[in-house]
Amino acid sequence: MTTQTVTRRDGQPAATATTRIFRPLTDIVETREGVHIFMEMPGVAAEDVEIDLEQRILNVRGRVHPKSPETFELVHAEYAEGDYERAFSLGEEVDADRIEARMQDGVLSLFLPRSEEAKVRRIEVKAG
Amino acid sequence: MEATVIYYNAPMRRPDPFEMLREMARAADFRRQATFPAVNLWQGSEAVALTAELPGFRPEDIDITVQDTTLTISGERAPVSVADDAVWQRRERLYGKFVRSIGLPFRVDPDKVEARFVNGVLQIVLHRPEEDKPRRIAVKAA
Repeated sequence: MTTQTVTRRDGQPAATATTRIFRPLTDIVETREGVHIFMEMPGVAAEDVEIDLEQRILNVRGRVHPKSPETFELVHAEYAEGDYERAFSLGEEVDADRIEARMQDGVLSLFLPRSEEAKVRRIEVKAG
Repeated sequence: MEATVIYYNAPMRRPDPFEMLREMARAADFRRQATFPAVNLWQGSEAVALTAELPGFRPEDIDITVQDTTLTISGERAPVSVADDAVWQRRERLYGKFVRSIGLPFRVDPDKVEARFVNGVLQIVLHRPEEDKPRRIAVKAA
């Protein structure tokens, strides 16, 4: 698996001074039908997920609205809250019009279907 | 920002041996992590709150028990089921069972534990029993 850095057009990371950006843990599974991507974005609601596709770069962003319980004081912290961002560069075979996304229990599931013409075809060799 | 390149047209590609090693390391479940899940603790005068990130769990997969000053959360997350011919390109998430016990700063009333699970984040609020709550003692003038 190869990774490469994609520079944003403005050359700046999207981070602002007030929010942290995390790279979500991701599983990617490829099947005959297409590619499934599962991304962990705890604390992100379905309406706070943004997915853009530009120049075959799929950008996924999840926004967290940090809310500390009122009248409580944080005394021990093992994780920090922040937004999530990760980009994927898609192959030409992905049918961009049929990408499906679903958010449940803090996990974003994406399905990138392979376009019909890109599906592997087996050519039978006839004897004779 | 980093991007993942997905190759579709190279099914004959040899697996990366280092990736295979990482894969073996990952084959272990949550126990390979010293502490899972990560928790944040919040304290109030009469209650304590705990938040934990448990994405991909369903509320029914999480068990919470309280005994004296120990809170135990446990659960199990099943791996994603895929077709036999599926190829894993990336596997960073963990699966399996976890158990974590957390010591609380005071005894809590087991009947007044509230747990909510929203967007993969568990929030538990535990209250101090009535009889243990600090009382203010008025100082009387002689």
